[in-house]
Amino acid sequence: MAEFKQAPAGASVTQQATVWLENRFPTAFEAYKVHMSEYYAPKNFNFWYFFGSLAMLVLVIQIVTGIFLVMHYKPDAALAFASVEYIMRDVPWGWLVRYMHSTGASAFFIVVYLHMFRGMIYGSYKKPRELVWIFGCAIFLCLMAEAFMGYLLPWGQMSYWGAQVIINLFAAIPFVGPDLSLLIRGDYVVGDATLNRFFSFHVIAVPLVLLGLVVAHLLALHDVGSNNPDGVEIKAKKDAKGVPLDGIPFHPYYTVHDLMGVAVFLVIFSAVLFLAPEGGGYLLEYNNFIPADPLKTPSHIAPVWYFTPYYSMLRAVTDDMVSVFVGIVAIAGVLAFLKGGFKGLWKWAPLVVAIVLGFLLKAFDAKFWGVVVMGVAVLVLFPLPWLDRSPVKSIRYRPGWNKWLYGIFVVNFAVLGYLGIKPPSVMGTLVSQAGTLFYFGFFLLMPWWSRIGEFKRVPDRVNFSAH
Amino acid sequence: MKKLILSLLASLSLLGPVFASSEGIAWDSFPKERVTDMAALQNGAKLFVNYCLNCHAAAYMRYNRLRDLGLTEQQIKDNLVFTGAKVGELMKNSLDPKDAKDWFGGVPPDLTLVARSRADGAKGSGADYVYTYLRSYYRDDSKASGWNNMAFPNVAMPNVLWQLQGQQRAVFAEEKNPHDESKTEHVFKGFEPITQGTLNQADYNIAVADLVAFMQWMSEPVQTERVRLGVWVLIFLGIFTVIAWRLNAAFWKDIK
Repeated sequence: MAEFKQAPAGASVTQQATVWLENRFPTAFEAYKVHMSEYYAPKNFNFWYFFGSLAMLVLVIQIVTGIFLVMHYKPDAALAFASVEYIMRDVPWGWLVRYMHSTGASAFFIVVYLHMFRGMIYGSYKKPRELVWIFGCAIFLCLMAEAFMGYLLPWGQMSYWGAQVIINLFAAIPFVGPDLSLLIRGDYVVGDATLNRFFSFHVIAVPLVLLGLVVAHLLALHDVGSNNPDGVEIKAKKDAKGVPLDGIPFHPYYTVHDLMGVAVFLVIFSAVLFLAPEGGGYLLEYNNFIPADPLKTPSHIAPVWYFTPYYSMLRAVTDDMVSVFVGIVAIAGVLAFLKGGFKGLWKWAPLVVAIVLGFLLKAFDAKFWGVVVMGVAVLVLFPLPWLDRSPVKSIRYRPGWNKWLYGIFVVNFAVLGYLGIKPPSVMGTLVSQAGTLFYFGFFLLMPWWSRIGEFKRVPDRVNFSAH
Repeated sequence: MKKLILSLLASLSLLGPVFASSEGIAWDSFPKERVTDMAALQNGAKLFVNYCLNCHAAAYMRYNRLRDLGLTEQQIKDNLVFTGAKVGELMKNSLDPKDAKDWFGGVPPDLTLVARSRADGAKGSGADYVYTYLRSYYRDDSKASGWNNMAFPNVAMPNVLWQLQGQQRAVFAEEKNPHDESKTEHVFKGFEPITQGTLNQADYNIAVADLVAFMQWMSEPVQTERVRLGVWVLIFLGIFTVIAWRLNAAFWKDIK
């Protein structure tokens, strides 16, 4: 236990109160130092570094507005839709709270996608920040579950049929699928039981896990320290007091800096919220203003925009696509056999794995592999710290063509998202198949391409010009 | 590289509009300015309770919300409540769902949100749709109700506004398919009046516009207030952004 301190003679009431608190709750004072006033962040953050604090802001918006929505929302298939309209019409300022929550959902994904992309281009996941990245990926998974279950709650046509389609996907899993989807729904069709369990998960279970992961994400980050656009480890150069030479206290420098980011974000957020809360049918789908009707299937069912890149990949997996997968597995197996450098009997392992995998690919329905592809598309993010074998962190010091590659990755992701909104078409399927192959190629071939090319020398200190 | 991106974009444009367009003719655009015109909204409310609310409900909407349209509770009670409902109650109808199924083959949908739910990214807003729909009825003897609609083919509802509009027929022509000369197509050429209604065509269009304005307002009664408030919020945030920017600059002066 820390020393019991004594306020100096003639100390003001505030000073006395501070000493009184510090004697009884030193942890809070310690935490303030570790995470705010003596957390040294690199001074060369650029605009990409706003999105972490913005994700936190949106999380708070979602939790606070969610608390108020739950006060008036009825998780009952017979009442849910009307209760949302009650919030929109009869609850004072209910419309504002509801639009904040619905706009916040999309804002969350925009901010998180940008935050993740920042991590990718500056190699923020690389040693020693692997766990920070993995906690982040887990947060992203939780966020997807949270968004998917939250979308059922307004109980409109898209809520209902979107959930129906996605839950049915689980039924494609061999052996356990039908029972699993029954377990998720709690009924043979999406119904009151489904709504109630989704409500429970959406407001209690997932947010609890999410908050825990956010804490872990931040603690792990503050243990190892933030990366920066140069990918320079600022802790390598410290002054006599042990403070990194390129580090500045998070508070006040980055609190005022992030405040600026918050201001700009709120301008955009409010413009959407007040002037176009439906977002042209992308944020609030038009069909969702019709109450759920289990007897009337909409002609076109599409998930909300933030899921559509993955939905596109799911739809890209046709029987032909599975054959392409078999071909790729065969080539990979032969290459690993010839050049893998495995010794003895292990030399044959890649071929055996390839044959078994090829057999499984053909044995199960393409629909199942579509589900696998959709799932793996998210899970493939987790091992990124080990897939990337580049000797430098930041894209600034990687070979020039890397910028193009990351650029195409973004365009490809956007194209997949666009195609996922649209009804299926021959051309669309072809493009999304190419897009799916590129997406997976980008990650799975990373151990090879990330080592190719001319790397620039990383400076000892960060690049920074005073404002 | 740029070529690749361009060709990707070009291929996207071939894929057509984002939303699957439903059947029916292209939509006319609803005169939006009527949504902020109190007289138009009041007239629309009158038309709505007289012509729509008998079979359709607006069950998420309360009568007393019509005070937003410049009416007093007494005026609402005297002129717009026909069902014996209290003025604080929801705008439900008294049609028995069983009767509705016998008469129309289904329960008429609730209309509170129809001006939002009917929007289509490729064709226009929900108000555009309703505005087009209510002006596109024509006589069709092959239908049980004797009516059909160009915006909603084979609709179950007859033209309840026919006394105002009069009756019209749809004119079709057989035209050669421009892509395949051997085929002919049934092409819609416009409407032709059969009988005169109590309103001439221009007045009928205005009446429908008023009715649709009311439905647009009803789909989100706060919509005008929302935009008005939003402008103030944005002005405030604009000033806040400048302050935050200068505050940041003041602190960061020390960082060399």
